[in-house]
Amino acid sequence: MNSTTINTINANSLLQDFDLFTDLYGKQTNYFQEIRKFSADKFNVLGIPTQKNEEWKYLNLSPLFKNDFRSVSHTQAFEIDAASAKQFHLCGENAIVFVIENGRLNRAASNVKTLPKGLSIGTLAELADDARVQKHFAQHADAITEPFVALNTAMSFDAMIVLLDEKIKINETIQFAFVTNTNQENISVPIRVLVIAEKHSECTVVESYHTLNEQHKVFVNAVSEVVVGEEARVHYAKIQIESENTFHINYHQVNQAKNSYQHITSLSLGASLLRNNLHIQLDGENCTTYLNGLYVLSGTQVMDNHTLVDHAMPNCYSNELYKGMIDDKSQGIFNGKIFVRKDAQKTNAYQSNKNILLSNDASINTKPQLEIFADDVKCSHGATTGQIDEEALFYLRSRGIAEPEARALLNHAFAAAVINQVESELLKESLLLLLSRKLRVMEEV
Amino acid sequence: MSEDLKILDEVTQSEYKWGFVSNIESDNAPKGLSEDIVRFISEKKNEPSWLLEWRLKAFRYWLTMEEPVWANVHYPKIDFQDIIYYSAPKAKPVLNSLDELDPEIKATFDKLGISLQEQKRLSGVAMDAVIDSVSVKTTFREALGELGIIFCSFSEAVHAHPELIKKYLGSVVPYTDNYYSALNSAVFSDGSFCYIPKGVRCPMELSTYFRINSAGTGQFERTLIVAEDGAYVSYLEGCTAPMRDENQLHAAVVEIVSHTDATVKYSTVQNWYPGNKEGIGGIYNFVTKRGICAGDRAKISWTQVETGSAITWKYPSVILKGDFSIGEFYSVAVTNNMQQADTGTKMIHLGKNTKSTIISKGISGGKSQNSYRGLVKINKNADNARNFSQCDSLLLGDKCGAHTFPYLEVNNKSAKVEHEATTSKVGEDQIFYCNQRGISTEDAVNLIVNGYCKEVFNQLPMEFAVEAQKLLAISLEGSVG
Repeated sequence: MNSTTINTINANSLLQDFDLFTDLYGKQTNYFQEIRKFSADKFNVLGIPTQKNEEWKYLNLSPLFKNDFRSVSHTQAFEIDAASAKQFHLCGENAIVFVIENGRLNRAASNVKTLPKGLSIGTLAELADDARVQKHFAQHADAITEPFVALNTAMSFDAMIVLLDEKIKINETIQFAFVTNTNQENISVPIRVLVIAEKHSECTVVESYHTLNEQHKVFVNAVSEVVVGEEARVHYAKIQIESENTFHINYHQVNQAKNSYQHITSLSLGASLLRNNLHIQLDGENCTTYLNGLYVLSGTQVMDNHTLVDHAMPNCYSNELYKGMIDDKSQGIFNGKIFVRKDAQKTNAYQSNKNILLSNDASINTKPQLEIFADDVKCSHGATTGQIDEEALFYLRSRGIAEPEARALLNHAFAAAVINQVESELLKESLLLLLSRKLRVMEEV
Repeated sequence: MSEDLKILDEVTQSEYKWGFVSNIESDNAPKGLSEDIVRFISEKKNEPSWLLEWRLKAFRYWLTMEEPVWANVHYPKIDFQDIIYYSAPKAKPVLNSLDELDPEIKATFDKLGISLQEQKRLSGVAMDAVIDSVSVKTTFREALGELGIIFCSFSEAVHAHPELIKKYLGSVVPYTDNYYSALNSAVFSDGSFCYIPKGVRCPMELSTYFRINSAGTGQFERTLIVAEDGAYVSYLEGCTAPMRDENQLHAAVVEIVSHTDATVKYSTVQNWYPGNKEGIGGIYNFVTKRGICAGDRAKISWTQVETGSAITWKYPSVILKGDFSIGEFYSVAVTNNMQQADTGTKMIHLGKNTKSTIISKGISGGKSQNSYRGLVKINKNADNARNFSQCDSLLLGDKCGAHTFPYLEVNNKSAKVEHEATTSKVGEDQIFYCNQRGISTEDAVNLIVNGYCKEVFNQLPMEFAVEAQKLLAISLEGSVG
């Protein structure tokens, strides 16, 4: 047994329902079945990483996998209807909302009118015949070295696919609300997304993660692949507001072609253990990419944000801002890497990570990294950990604002700086609302 | 090729200037490593039995360890049985004045541009010159002795001050610490010992010159510096080595203990043979350096200028145990041709109101790889700890790499930790600006690189700062200096 992986017996249990869904993809079944088999084999070899693996140094997964997780049933009846799905809407009246309950598309609960011309959205089974899907599905997220991507590729059954044709601009926000709603213990829910935005297209996609039945332990394993074509613009948001019984491991892979623009905001508020991997691959010249994240932790939450911006081509720009607020006995982890390859001259890459510790039992481990192989670049990163500025606090108090309010104000301002970069006003408002709700709960405790 | 490109090219292709071999007869141990060799070394040095026991314990522990591979450096596997673990110049001369010094050795120093006389007469630096592994010459001993300061070779200290050695040896870097510290503890040949008694301010800079001389000799030095309450000392260490085609391993250990209100300033200039342009030969420099601020308000400051070695792998660290203690790390690391450096620092904050500063400047040229790796750890009880880190990298070519791996672990909410890093090249606009004002491209590069390193050079003692600039200029030969 490899010392950097946990005993594979538990890893195997995650694959035990592999044979239950082998006929989902019509005439493409063989093609996708090959991919699934390959990934299952990979996962068996890779196993679950331990802390001896540098990428998992600060995150201990062994308590999590003491549980024998079983894949969620893909025949269970849906419980969410259109009315009760309203609570998951975050992007206003006009948004196109898909509700995915326990990893399967619940059409009845979704809010989808006729889709605009040039836009198709559906499950992998529905769109499996599209050549673009075959070209990109499971081709970008790394199932060869990342065990949870391999696991997801092997076990996900209702991947959500967004296909955006050339020169199509969609004004309505596309939202995927992923809701886990189970009355069983130790269920694993695979979630998969593929977004393909072709040349000159533009869209906004939001992924939100919710829990309905909060008492049960759930393991959410999500993988998203986003392909941004030439000159295309993609705005993205990931919102995690799951229950305290949720373990969530998330991979988000973005591939950008030349002259494209990508902006992603990640808001992490829920889950007991959350690991986000964000990998942005700049495969063309003149790409612009923004990645912003906010993680607010309380109780005994553990959140680990890993980001990688891979500058493979010259003249690209990347800008990263991650902020964290860590309270109670929670543990925050940030690991950001900027990788500049040999040919990626004239790269401009910036990274900033700012943390506030609100309690003496809280901790933050941050590791901002630069790996640079080109000489004509401007790259920088910064990381800070501290408290609310006492002088700012004094300033507010001297103007008659009581200390608790002043603190709340400053905390909110610190966190809101990330959300304020979101372009869509409606989305921004929802995010600020979610943030204040969490901050208020933290203040009351 | 444009003018400045050409200059950068020349700069990054320059060869090692200090390569030469001195003909001094050596009293070598046979190649290889075993308990017998450890006993041989101990016997040669006429050591007391407790030290031999300690060495053997370290050796047995070393046998159970695995060679670490996590650093961002690549080299062929070291054959630890193919190294001579002890070599000393034959017949150690007893000298009363510098005139009695072996003319060969004197010439060696002269070639290095550091004549002992010159040093003694002009700068007032006391030199503990180490050629290979045994101290040959110690100056200013008497003057220091009057103040109660002990500054001598390690083997002398073992005999003259066994109680101090017993107390402090391995107290900061135990032999169990890592693979190379265990190896060093088993086979260390000599080194320096420095003890500053309570309340004494050492009136001069203490300095040791290290050289690796015999072919195939690994040099395992051990330095121990102890500053009692309220003491102050500034300690210098520097080295150059002759040109060799065989990789030479250097695994030194440096331990510093700084008691209440004491300050230890440790400066080093390292210019060992980096190998030729193809990366053949060169020194492997795998060093463990660590200091502990044992008492309140203690201070330890590391300053290093690293231009040599095929591979540099070291992290001078400070354990900030006393309240209000201070740790500092200033570093310039230059890599050229095929050199690799993985260096940085660790600041472990245990006491309250502790403060640390890290300034690291990396310059990479040729096909070299230059990494900063650092840890700042704030323990749960280290209230109001403060850290500031800045790690800048300068790239002088498109085949080299610069990497930053900082680890920040904060477990106390009142801590304030800041880390900042940048990577860039010498700007065309900066060179253009200088050209415009009549400064040649060569001088402009010199100016910019020196300005870039200034924060670190400012920390060096006067005599060393001059030398460091000279070294930098030679490392970047062709345009600078």
